[in-house]
Amino acid sequence: MGQRSIRMPDVGEGVAEAEIVEWSVRVGDVVREDQVVAAVMTDKATVEIPTPVAGTVLALGGGVGDVLAVGSELIRIDAPGLPDSPPPAPRKAAAAKPEALAPAAAAVAAETAPVDEAPRDAEAQASVVASPAAPQTGAPRPPGERPLASPAVRARARETGVDLRFVRGSGRAGRITHDDLEAFIARPPEAPAKRAGKEPNLAVETIKVVGLRRRIAQNMAESSRRVAHFSYVEEVDVTALEELRASLNARATEERPKLTMLPFLMLAIVKAVADFPQVNAHYDDDNDVITRFGAVHLGVATQTPVGLMVPVVRHAETLSLHECAREMRRVSEAARQGVAAREELSGSTITLTSLGALGGVASTPVVNRPEVAIVGVNKIVVRPVWRDGGFAPRKTMNLSSSFDHRVVDGYDAATFIQRVRALIETPASLFIEASSF
Amino acid sequence: MNELRCKVLIVGGGPGGYVAAIRAGELGLDTVLIEADRLGGTCLNVGCIPSKALIHAADAVHALTEPLALNALGVSLAPPALDYARTIAWKDAIVLRLNTGVGALLKKAHVRSLRGRATLLDGKSALVHADTGEQRIHCEHLVIATGSEPMELAALPFGGDIMSSTEALALTEVPRSLAVVGAGYIGMELGMAFAKLGAKVTIVEALPRILPLYDEELTQPVARRLADLGVETMLSARALGFTRGALKVADAEGAETTIPADKALVAVGRRACTSGFGLETLDLTMAGPFLRIDERCATSMRNVWAIGDVTGEPMLAHRAMAQGEMVAEIVAGEKRAFDRVAMPAICFTDPEIVAVGLAPEAAKAAHREVLVGLFPFRANGRAMTKQAEEGFVRVVARADNHVVLGIHAVGAGVSELSAAFSLALEMGARLEDVAGTIHAHPTESEAFHEAALKALGKPLHI
Repeated sequence: MGQRSIRMPDVGEGVAEAEIVEWSVRVGDVVREDQVVAAVMTDKATVEIPTPVAGTVLALGGGVGDVLAVGSELIRIDAPGLPDSPPPAPRKAAAAKPEALAPAAAAVAAETAPVDEAPRDAEAQASVVASPAAPQTGAPRPPGERPLASPAVRARARETGVDLRFVRGSGRAGRITHDDLEAFIARPPEAPAKRAGKEPNLAVETIKVVGLRRRIAQNMAESSRRVAHFSYVEEVDVTALEELRASLNARATEERPKLTMLPFLMLAIVKAVADFPQVNAHYDDDNDVITRFGAVHLGVATQTPVGLMVPVVRHAETLSLHECAREMRRVSEAARQGVAAREELSGSTITLTSLGALGGVASTPVVNRPEVAIVGVNKIVVRPVWRDGGFAPRKTMNLSSSFDHRVVDGYDAATFIQRVRALIETPASLFIEASSF
Repeated sequence: MNELRCKVLIVGGGPGGYVAAIRAGELGLDTVLIEADRLGGTCLNVGCIPSKALIHAADAVHALTEPLALNALGVSLAPPALDYARTIAWKDAIVLRLNTGVGALLKKAHVRSLRGRATLLDGKSALVHADTGEQRIHCEHLVIATGSEPMELAALPFGGDIMSSTEALALTEVPRSLAVVGAGYIGMELGMAFAKLGAKVTIVEALPRILPLYDEELTQPVARRLADLGVETMLSARALGFTRGALKVADAEGAETTIPADKALVAVGRRACTSGFGLETLDLTMAGPFLRIDERCATSMRNVWAIGDVTGEPMLAHRAMAQGEMVAEIVAGEKRAFDRVAMPAICFTDPEIVAVGLAPEAAKAAHREVLVGLFPFRANGRAMTKQAEEGFVRVVARADNHVVLGIHAVGAGVSELSAAFSLALEMGARLEDVAGTIHAHPTESEAFHEAALKALGKPLHI
């Protein structure tokens, strides 16, 4: 046996590759059997990978953020006690030194710090460049005085774009040495105009974009790149709906808790898409195929501690108002807790997004590819509305929606939203069975 | 008509142009060099090199005619005979060797050199009138390196017995008498050489002293030597005209005299070659009679560069070479600027003069408090053994931080010390740096060391 390779397991149906989002061990660590060594992410589901053997970690198959194909080597472990196996390497010697990003003093500090204290949190692995600027050595040059430097130093300054007039020389007579120049390049001096009391904040933080954040970034960029976004904003009078909601919430019980605006909107969308199958669809633009769905799997954009997720309320067309509310709460809570199942995070056919009280006046939601429509909800405000010959205070709310204009025409999109609006403004129609309204 | 395309087109094959071409070729740029005459320009063909050859020959023959110096060594010999035609042939052989050498270097760098006159059509194309016909050349970068030519005096137009330095170097026999108009370095070098070769030389200078661009302390040893050689000098005098073996001169008071002279050498300076090759069509910004350039040798037109004498003073081959090298590197995409501190200037008079950086007066004007250290060669052992005790090395430095501002020397063979002087200035040396450097004994370079020690107030050998 000796060395054992643990390969990237098949963590989900049809998954060809997975991204390493966290290492729990590093080279040189001794691991027990079944100890979790890594977390990998596929299609928004994060899976922890245990080791089937005990031993010493010899090599890692990649860094955090690397995407490995299923079946490729994830980790290599040397089982101890075998005659041909080398003795366990001492931790510190084998551990990779943290990359020294900060120059001079900071680098020295990093090297002398215990290696164990290096950041382990993979999601937020950040290296902060120390900010206190070391003062330049040497006296400032009187104005107009030429900087004194050898031709080699001058040439290096020109190549690196440094104006030697701003570099102080540490040598006799203020001569600028190679060291002075390198120090200047490594850390330019702080801004000359210093405001009293307030120090300029020179902290720079670099954060590796990995895991969910990278997935979000890729999806957003891909959607922006491929989808021809058509956004449509309409004002909806929700006075009647709010009255209904208030009266329902006044009689709230354990089984029928208080309702937010969203379950009503879910009902409205379910009802509206029955007549607008073109917005409850997927567009496979690689193969030029549109798939229309009878089912309404409603994605609900949800802010989670790790970023935006879209848990899915499946078969919303089968749900009543309270069932909608309960199912939405369940899947979004699961997403926030990080315990959502794979099918609860995929397969939506149309998406609803709301920032709640932060809804703003209008927004431009990004279509959740391969879907073709996303309905956004803005905040409810009381507005004076001209009505029956006079101003009346009405609760209004804007719907900001985006469509994939490649396959949804503006006319259809607008008519769809008008249908949603009509349903909301006359909430009773939400509960009429036939879509006769 | 033939059409040719290239990345860099260089007009002029003098020290600026050919160095630019070699470097451009080495950097892989497709380069074409046009030269109307012979490669090497003024410097190699009718300037630095042939004049130094002539000066060497003059020194060689003259050394044999100074009985006192030779007697001191215990040497006595019969008066020497000079076959000047062979001297000239020897000089021409050296020039030819260097011409060929430049051609070989260009070929090695894969530079295409064309012989012919160029006419600029615009900033990106030129017409070459070659022996083989006309050729149109298109380029991305144009480098103007057309150099300079001797300046004429209205009263003394070149021709016949009125010569520029070019004709003087091509003489086939030593004139019995020679009038030199202009006591700048060219007139002085050639005047002294012809005097040593046996001509009766008179030097006419409009300003009140010889070599007016150098300070008087530096030129005094040369003035003394002129007198030794029997060269007559007329200062504050104006040449009025030359007719039938006589130069008419007006002295400071306006009194007119005539100087008998078989030939007249007019050496009153050089002017930039900015006409006759279509430069007007580019309408570049000028700086007086010269092309205006910035610290990257860029003219007012994008991707049109100018180097060497056409860009003004100091008209020195080594300046043109440094500019040419730099421009080629800039065209190749490197970051360069002409930021040199030291621009050495040398007079190959007898004794030689080297000037790098500021003279004491100019240093005082720029920095007020200066230290000056002067060490004479008569206190230098090596100079004694060479019978060359005339002259000195002089160092000027700032009083506050001892940074060396200028180094000057006058003496036999001091031109070779210029390397140490330039390096010291370019490196930004302080007096302590020179004083702290071991200079080999016995050499004349010890005078440099001692001059620095003297400026610091702690001389050893004086």
